[in-house]
Amino acid sequence: MNPSISLARDVEPAVVPVRPERFLAEEIKERSGEEVHRCYHCQSCANGCPFVQAMDYTPNAVLRLVQYGMRQEALGCRSIWICVGCHSCSSQCPMAIDLAAIMGALRYLALEEGVPAAEPYILGFHREVVRSIERYGRTHKLGIMLRYKVLTRRWFSDMDVGLKLLAKRKLDFKASRIEAIGEITPFFKPFWEAGK
Amino acid sequence: MNQAAAQDFSYFPGCSMASTAAESNLSMMKACKILGLNLIELEDWNCCGSSSAECLDKNLSLALAARNLSLARPDRPLVVMCPRCLHKLRYTQLLLKNEPKTRRRLEYRWGRAIPPNLEIVHFMEVLVRNGFPDLRAGKVRSLKGLKFAPYYGCTLFRPPILSRRKYYQGEMENILTTLGAQALVGAYTNRCCGSFLSATNPEIVSPLVNEIVGSAVAVGAHCLVTACAMCQLNLEIRCTAEPKIPIFHFSEILALALGATDYEDWFARHLVDPRPLLQELALVA
Repeated sequence: MNPSISLARDVEPAVVPVRPERFLAEEIKERSGEEVHRCYHCQSCANGCPFVQAMDYTPNAVLRLVQYGMRQEALGCRSIWICVGCHSCSSQCPMAIDLAAIMGALRYLALEEGVPAAEPYILGFHREVVRSIERYGRTHKLGIMLRYKVLTRRWFSDMDVGLKLLAKRKLDFKASRIEAIGEITPFFKPFWEAGK
Repeated sequence: MNQAAAQDFSYFPGCSMASTAAESNLSMMKACKILGLNLIELEDWNCCGSSSAECLDKNLSLALAARNLSLARPDRPLVVMCPRCLHKLRYTQLLLKNEPKTRRRLEYRWGRAIPPNLEIVHFMEVLVRNGFPDLRAGKVRSLKGLKFAPYYGCTLFRPPILSRRKYYQGEMENILTTLGAQALVGAYTNRCCGSFLSATNPEIVSPLVNEIVGSAVAVGAHCLVTACAMCQLNLEIRCTAEPKIPIFHFSEILALALGATDYEDWFARHLVDPRPLLQELALVA
């Protein structure tokens, strides 16, 4: 038992710190609008998810972590980064829980609390895309792929596909840049400042 | 929709259609020209903020989508072809309806109104609404003999937040069978293509793409026709199984049937060359 709580008997009842774990389900509900306690683990989502084999927890198991308030495990798991939001799970859930929205809420929470992403390369990729939008207002795919290569240092993986795309002129060398870039740049500042 | 003025639309291409999937864009523009639909590109549009921006920051992705809405004229429907952009723009519109403060803050910043009741429609919806007589009248090449497996990807009708809104399943089949093609059932039509995992984790995506393409081969399809430019790319680059069949974007087949002649430029950009198939069916020279 937490010693600070047993002391509270003798002294004036002050603010008793409550472990944030207890509020995980509530926080997720606030952010995603979804009630995780509705899930009774029929595993429809786990059976339907195309990416479940790459996950460490099945989608319903992620919900279980949230139900139990296992904050570190939920925010630090791979599954929330593997999820692409295809909504296979959400459309199959008999309780109509939007699981993809919950995954999204967990990602936001993990970023805000600085929990290291269990899939750093996926996070790195997203960052490169965001950086590209910040610079040009649109995504420049060749630039994103090259910077992603620098990040992962896997120089030669996927080289064949990249060369094919270049040969087919599918990757533009020059980025398309919007005129009024100043209209969107201010929105990026809080993002980088928050250390995401 | 029958008056001449009603045929003007704003058009949001999105990053994919403007770059990697330029052939989808070109063919769609061609089809529109033939059908007398005047698509006017939103001036200085930016990325809709879907996918990566949405994964990392809610406010940022909201602002990115909202700026595009602020560029649109309220009296013209906004046509979108990319399912992801469509979803993002519609979702943002819904969100701003519920958050008037956010809307006003953004309007003030940009000095432009965000039209609250702007109609945001998918390209297929425009065709269906216009009616099939137009398509039949415009048909130059019959697609007779072309057996295709329709592939919508995950975004066109899945997102629960938009589930009480328009539904697109079946429209691609309706349009292309009107033009003479034969739609096959039984293949995966809405299984996810892998989205950004195709870039970061191809080893996860390849087996899934092989299943999707394999399911189309198994029902005897000559090709897959997708509604999404990113799906089209992922299905082409991540398929490692044999036989590979051509993957078309919906607009390419549409424009071809309507008599477009500049198809050489589009098909040359495919990783799986569709020309042998189309030559066999006497659809191209």
